[in-house]
Amino acid sequence: MAVHHIVGASVPRKEGWDKVTGAARYVDDVTLPDILYGATVRSNVPRGKIKSISFAPTVNWNEFILVTAKDIPGKNCIALILDDQPCLASETVNHSEEPILLLAHADPHKLRKAVEAVSIEYEPLPPVYTMEESEQQSTIIWGTDNTFKSYLVEKGDVDAVWKEAAHIVEGEYFTGAQEQLYIENNGVIAAYDTENGVTVWGSLQCPYYVHKALMALCGLPENKVRVVQMETGGAFGGKEEYPSMIAAHAALLAMKSGKPVKIIYDRMEDMVATTKRHPSRTRHRTAVTKDGRILGGEIEFTIDGGAYATLSSVVLSRGTIHAGGPYYWPSVRIRTKAVATNAPPHGAFRGFGAPQSLFAMERQMDRIAQVVGVSPVEIRRRNFLRPGQTTTTQQVIREQIDLHHLLDRALKLSDYAAKKKRFTQENKSSARKKGIGIAAFLHGAGFTGSGERYLNSLVGVEADAKGHVRVLVSSAEFGQGTNTVLCQIAAEALGLPYEGVAIAQPDTTVVPNSGPTVASRTAMIVGKLVQSAAKGIWQTLTKSGLPAGDYTPEEFRAACGKYIAVHGMLKSYSRYEAPGDVFWDDEKYRGEAYAAFAWAVYVAEVTVDLTAYTVTVDDFVAMQEVGKVLNPVLAAGQITGGVAQGIGFALYEKVVWQNGRMLNNQMTNYIMPTSVDLPPIRVFFEELGNVHGAHGAKGIGELPMDGPAPAILNAVEDAIGVRFCSIPLLPEDLFEALRVHSPEQAVSSPVRGTA
Amino acid sequence: MNPSPPAMAKSEILFTVNGDEKTVLAHPMERLLDVLRNGLKLTGTKEGCGEGECGSCSVLLDGMLVNSCLVPVAQASGANIVTIEGMSAHALMAPLQEAFLECGGAQCGICTPGMILAAVHLLDKNPQPAIADIREGLAGNLCRCTGYMQIFEAVAKAARRRVAA
Amino acid sequence: MRADPAEYRLVSPGSLYAVLSLMAGEPAQWLPIAGGTDVMVLYSAGKLPNRKLVNIWNIPELRQIQVFPDSIRIGAACTYTALRSHEIISREFPLLATVASWTGGIANQNRGTLGGNIANASPAADSLPSLLVYDAELTLISVRGERRVDYRNFHTGYKQTVLAADELIRDISLPRRFSGYLSHARKAGARNAQAISKVCLAALGQLANGAIREVRLALGSVAPVPLRLAKTERLLAGKHIEPSLVETVKKSVPQEISPIDDIRSTARYRAAVAGNLVAEFLEMLASERTNA
Repeated sequence: MAVHHIVGASVPRKEGWDKVTGAARYVDDVTLPDILYGATVRSNVPRGKIKSISFAPTVNWNEFILVTAKDIPGKNCIALILDDQPCLASETVNHSEEPILLLAHADPHKLRKAVEAVSIEYEPLPPVYTMEESEQQSTIIWGTDNTFKSYLVEKGDVDAVWKEAAHIVEGEYFTGAQEQLYIENNGVIAAYDTENGVTVWGSLQCPYYVHKALMALCGLPENKVRVVQMETGGAFGGKEEYPSMIAAHAALLAMKSGKPVKIIYDRMEDMVATTKRHPSRTRHRTAVTKDGRILGGEIEFTIDGGAYATLSSVVLSRGTIHAGGPYYWPSVRIRTKAVATNAPPHGAFRGFGAPQSLFAMERQMDRIAQVVGVSPVEIRRRNFLRPGQTTTTQQVIREQIDLHHLLDRALKLSDYAAKKKRFTQENKSSARKKGIGIAAFLHGAGFTGSGERYLNSLVGVEADAKGHVRVLVSSAEFGQGTNTVLCQIAAEALGLPYEGVAIAQPDTTVVPNSGPTVASRTAMIVGKLVQSAAKGIWQTLTKSGLPAGDYTPEEFRAACGKYIAVHGMLKSYSRYEAPGDVFWDDEKYRGEAYAAFAWAVYVAEVTVDLTAYTVTVDDFVAMQEVGKVLNPVLAAGQITGGVAQGIGFALYEKVVWQNGRMLNNQMTNYIMPTSVDLPPIRVFFEELGNVHGAHGAKGIGELPMDGPAPAILNAVEDAIGVRFCSIPLLPEDLFEALRVHSPEQAVSSPVRGTA
Repeated sequence: MNPSPPAMAKSEILFTVNGDEKTVLAHPMERLLDVLRNGLKLTGTKEGCGEGECGSCSVLLDGMLVNSCLVPVAQASGANIVTIEGMSAHALMAPLQEAFLECGGAQCGICTPGMILAAVHLLDKNPQPAIADIREGLAGNLCRCTGYMQIFEAVAKAARRRVAA
Repeated sequence: MRADPAEYRLVSPGSLYAVLSLMAGEPAQWLPIAGGTDVMVLYSAGKLPNRKLVNIWNIPELRQIQVFPDSIRIGAACTYTALRSHEIISREFPLLATVASWTGGIANQNRGTLGGNIANASPAADSLPSLLVYDAELTLISVRGERRVDYRNFHTGYKQTVLAADELIRDISLPRRFSGYLSHARKAGARNAQAISKVCLAALGQLANGAIREVRLALGSVAPVPLRLAKTERLLAGKHIEPSLVETVKKSVPQEISPIDDIRSTARYRAAVAGNLVAEFLEMLASERTNA
């Protein structure tokens, strides 16, 4: 076949035309005949026993479909990892907005009034709102000790380093909850009939997660559950596990009514009831030499999982593995845990634990620099991992990553040295103080350790008699470029034009399970399988008349026609094979955590305005090494979008809690950056390649979430000399710190917790 | 059981949508957004927040960019409404669509119809906007995917092409 | 959408007189709706108590801007876009043009109205402090006739005004005597666009012989009503702007206001920032750096 260069080119988005013409169809754009609308009656207490449920006589309840836990044919749970989360609460509730019963009606206005006409009485139980309360264990709200999961990572002999250390540096760092805020709210349509079983069309990332959950909930076999992903208006992890819940609700109503049921959340419900990023607390105690080299340390990392386990163990895992940053730790002890509180369960959000622990690490590095008396740049140089060294989990860095070079480039592109000098001078006489800060970090792609082996992903590629090629994966498109990149890979593998390759809509009756669309794994892991499945098509056809060397699209079409005339169809599958050198010990949490890491250095330039106590990011440089860039425009878009969310995480997006419930559940009060709030975000790539990914690709989707917050807070400290250790950092926090202390002394205490 | 208060009658409301005269039967306080999506099946206009913050429901009403989730349909009586579906006739559409596709201005696509309408509205009034004008013109349209950079590029590119043409 | 449209009436009488007759016939029953940028948000959230609304979006008398030799009269249903694009307003009343540009995004500026902002009477409304410093006068109209009310007497408490149950604001009149003043408006919000203000300042100043001849200072979001800082203004009159005066002002401003803690911000922050914003204005005045 001809040598192409489709991979590496900025070909247009595969489904782009539909998106720019308004033709793309999201869940709420479609309807079915006789459709009913579904709604959820939710708890308004954070913890309690359900005493009674009453239905006001103002409503004609005969018109409504009503579903309670008793109607669940299979198991009353949303199957995920520990299976502790009920689909519908029956005796107790463990968080505000917990689903209790479901209603459906053809008239959405009558439906809403009916929801308001249900009264539930509770016997309140003492709630736990914060990580601190939870870990004290004076009130047990989950299991025997409120702990969903814990990990211990040990390397070297930490206890021996303290006496050698010239300095012991301590720090405590906090991150708050963050709402994914996809612009399309969660939504689903479900239908049921005895012949086909349950069918669900939804806004989702993982069709097979929903499939698995519905099988268990509805008591149906594999071939009686069908899940189809619709065009999805943003996800960021917020539609990784949550859709199983909303799909379960719609499915139950569809089963009971015999009619299709649509549930679409409005913004207020979506924000108050669905998952958010896990709040975290990290405590560092680091032993360093006189010249700032890390000898060892202890890291304690705790995340708030909300009321049920859901994905907390996995978020914790990633946070644990990333807690040491891109640095060499001769010894370390990392103790981590995920604890329960009576808030709606926290869940997946881009970065998945790493933004939390990396925030702490990068703030700690700047602290170490201060104590040792060197610059933030120098402290990192003295501790960067080098090829051949091992990470905190004792994974050998085999690739030729040069973090010094990444740092050099980032510093040059941001004009760091000149600006630092200039700002120091100009700040003396201005109420607007400027600062510049850096963050260095890494992000592992794919599932941890043996996770990919467990996922056992399967990918298909098929061709029809006219030579049209179609990629068959369960990997979802939700803006990040799945459709485009996978078609590029298949087209390149087959020597066909990009236009000649399509991708099937993820439908569990059509596509195999290529694993969930998470963990920055799609380009790297699924892409590689698409490449080999496509090659499988080529191999089959070469035995059937396709010329051995180069061929034209016409020759390809002819060969397909010929093959299919004889065999009826042309499909090739490829299954994941674990690379021989990825070895992971789940007990000791040690070994090759990820098949590949992406590496980055980010630089943030800020202005701190001491009149209104605002922090504005004026310029941002994002420098990263991500293996092969498969589509430069799409890749740059992932970085700028992730950086924007990171800026929101750092400075704007505060979830205000009241009694375990989000108080500011409207876009007017939950503040995400607009087009006039963001700096120019300048994106640069280094490409080292990666043996494991397609064309050397690594994951990039989550990487940009890790760097902005610490870079920004490092810059703020550079600007005004105040050490903030908690995000989001709001003007009110800045003001309070400066009010109480002089700038040199102030260290923020965070306003936290769900009380 | 208390009888519910009598529902108010629907009335006929006439307006032009994408060049076609339409008569809808609606309650005067139905949101224009819902009439467009549910009554007229023009689902290109989206609901992201229902509070006039996100701009995904933007349409042109008598040439003015408005958030259709905040317009009672009675106030659209006699108006000339253009939604994303009707934009194909507009001279700016081809350069904008091309530029959005080349620059990566659309990722998940849910904000895109509103964003394109805001861009058209801006470029109609200001054919050669500076970057600050583009930022201001799109400040009422939230995008969670792109971080806006590639949207600004796309709008600037479309403006340059339109002027060059 | 948490409201049932079938439960609401929205009538469009089409003329000012017809609207006023309706309101007179059933006082306090009919909520006027202009651009809807406040009313429709409440409605969609299921929090609008009124079930009967009267459309004033299409009343021509309310949309005019009339220019006289010594005043300008702005129809209550003029949109922020109309204000921003009016030559006299941009030139002689720059504070009003500026605050109009702050109001949430172009789409909301195309629909939001000055009269709506005034009648809604939120102390956080961006445009209200500028009306105070410009000595605005409102013409209120009903079937009983019209009356003029100094804007500084319009608000009587949190979301309370002197507007009678059968009255509409017809126009807002501003005297054309502020061209010689230096002007400055600044807002502290949660972000740079589409943000309800935490504190906002509208300020005018004139120097004579190096001293303050007059300053006019008004703040939003620091009290139940938008406030003129009468005490601070008196304190400043006739003084030379020196660092000690600026420090004094940072203390005097918080004493004149009564900000609260709410979902957006805190009383302490608001008080401090209010003082800082006025101090910043004085510094600008001293170096004549304002956007005159």
